[in-house]
Amino acid sequence: MQQCTVLRPAGQVERETLMRVQEEAATSINLCYQCGKCSAGCPVAFAMDYTPRQVIRLLQLNLVEEALGAESIWICATCETCSTRCPRGVDITALMDTLRREALRQGRITDRKVAAFNQAFLEGVRKYGRLYEAGLLLEHNLKTGQPFKDAQLGLPMLRRGKASMFPEKIRNRDQIKKIFDRVREMRGESK
Amino acid sequence: MKLGYYPGCSADGSGVEYGLSTRRSAEIFGVDLVELEDWSCCGATSAHNTDKMLSLALPARNLAIAEQAGLNTILAPCAACYNRHRTSEHAIQHQAEMKESIAHIIDMPLQGNTTTISVLEWLDGDIGIEKIKAGVTNPLKGMKAACYYGCLLVRPAEHTGYDDPEDPHSMDRVVEALGARAVDWSHKTECCGAAIATSRPEIGATMIYEIIRAARDAGAECLITACPLCMLNLDMRQAAAAQRFKTSLAMPVYYVTELLAIACGTSTSEVGIHRHFVEARHYLQSLPEKAALLEEEEKKQAAARKATRARTTESEENPTAEKASPAEAAVKESSGQAAKSGDQVDSEAVQKKIDAMVKGWQKNPDKLAARLIGDEERARVLAEVVAADEKKALKMAELMITDMDKAVKAAQAFVTGELKKREKGEA
Repeated sequence: MQQCTVLRPAGQVERETLMRVQEEAATSINLCYQCGKCSAGCPVAFAMDYTPRQVIRLLQLNLVEEALGAESIWICATCETCSTRCPRGVDITALMDTLRREALRQGRITDRKVAAFNQAFLEGVRKYGRLYEAGLLLEHNLKTGQPFKDAQLGLPMLRRGKASMFPEKIRNRDQIKKIFDRVREMRGESK
Repeated sequence: MKLGYYPGCSADGSGVEYGLSTRRSAEIFGVDLVELEDWSCCGATSAHNTDKMLSLALPARNLAIAEQAGLNTILAPCAACYNRHRTSEHAIQHQAEMKESIAHIIDMPLQGNTTTISVLEWLDGDIGIEKIKAGVTNPLKGMKAACYYGCLLVRPAEHTGYDDPEDPHSMDRVVEALGARAVDWSHKTECCGAAIATSRPEIGATMIYEIIRAARDAGAECLITACPLCMLNLDMRQAAAAQRFKTSLAMPVYYVTELLAIACGTSTSEVGIHRHFVEARHYLQSLPEKAALLEEEEKKQAAARKATRARTTESEENPTAEKASPAEAAVKESSGQAAKSGDQVDSEAVQKKIDAMVKGWQKNPDKLAARLIGDEERARVLAEVVAADEKKALKMAELMITDMDKAVKAAQAFVTGELKKREKGEA
């Protein structure tokens, strides 16, 4: 039996979320006439549970929960092919990006690995001011419980002079920490 | 010429060759790269995945640093750095409110008068193809390359604004200026998977494999990129992708700046070709041999073209050619096609012409006979003889295509023989 979803008019929470998402993405889901060009060109559609077109359809049908829970929003590689090709000018990439951030805000992360990667990446930037690639790979692997993933690449990278043993730090690291803090502050205020 | 320089975090790490070869390219063309003082990471995908304001503020700090140093144009070789800085510039220049918020977050004065450019814009637009051509001392003749642009160099078009987002050509122009051949192929702007190859390797492997396979199918022998993450995926992760699809790929990948530096006389070790994961030196070493073969082929083609041209003029001078039958017209057309292509195609074309000529003998023997023999009576006899005998038709057709003099002699011999036979019969 296929799962059925009951369609209802959007409630207060859904309406607010939909408004916020469209505002932040600076685009409108109502422009979409479901031609599917975005999904035909999407290079990662093969790995998605809902194609980009279907994600927009979910939003059009007020199924915000389903859209935020879709694995697709974490698989999207932000390559901008969909937005470039959309005949209605819907910025699908921005929409996917915003949905991802909205899901993060609500603590609904369907793909822990991608979220963990982003967190490790930004933690490094906050600490050193620059990305420490080797540290990122190591931390990501430890956090996601796969310590030996890409282990065969670590040593060759060091040998080729493509990874350093220590992170490169900028001088004004306090400026970077303040940027992160102010962004957090602003987010707190806007909520 | 002074140019602001934002190397990005990979220039000292995974993309060390890109950093080295970009600096070398600048030296070659007399560009003074001024590294932004105490620059910081742009936040890349992780920042815009997490928080919009953070993703705009992190690059904005670098823009503000450039403004303070009086550097209006900034070269960002990494495609992701380039894209993030462009996006931030776009927001600062087009949304006054956003500009204010960003200036508050970074706590620095922000004018919004900088322009970040990519390596492709720098090479193709600023330095220019003619200057690059003039700098080449070691042309890459014999190289068949697939120029891979990926996503962020050309998209979104309203932020990047350089080259076509679907079918870009700037890298192709640069590569051709270096003496290589840039193949026409399908996956120029297809995504390599970016960070997905790290977080979800099973998805990334498929994307990497598809790109390399498409390049190979288009006849390319190497890939060229202008993005360190594309390089990381296509080069470092190529072996794993090949293994997943139970095949071997062994497709060397180069940065466009590496090839530029090498074509302008830099050694391969100086730009770091030996640091690649997929062996990339052998292919460069094999280029002189390939170039020699290519030159030989080109000479043959030129000779074949000349010969066909001579033949065409000859038949044009021949007044009987004006009454050419459809079959002959086909022959002429195919000889025109032969001029365009190589040796193998040439022999195929000759065979086609012969076949067409045989058909001509079956359909319209009188006209063809008239081309060989002036005497009406004898020509009629030739037409009868050749039309009645398949072997003779083939013989005549072959001779007419390859050697017209011999054909005339053979025609006369056929007629003489036939007339003798008839005389004997009558007697």
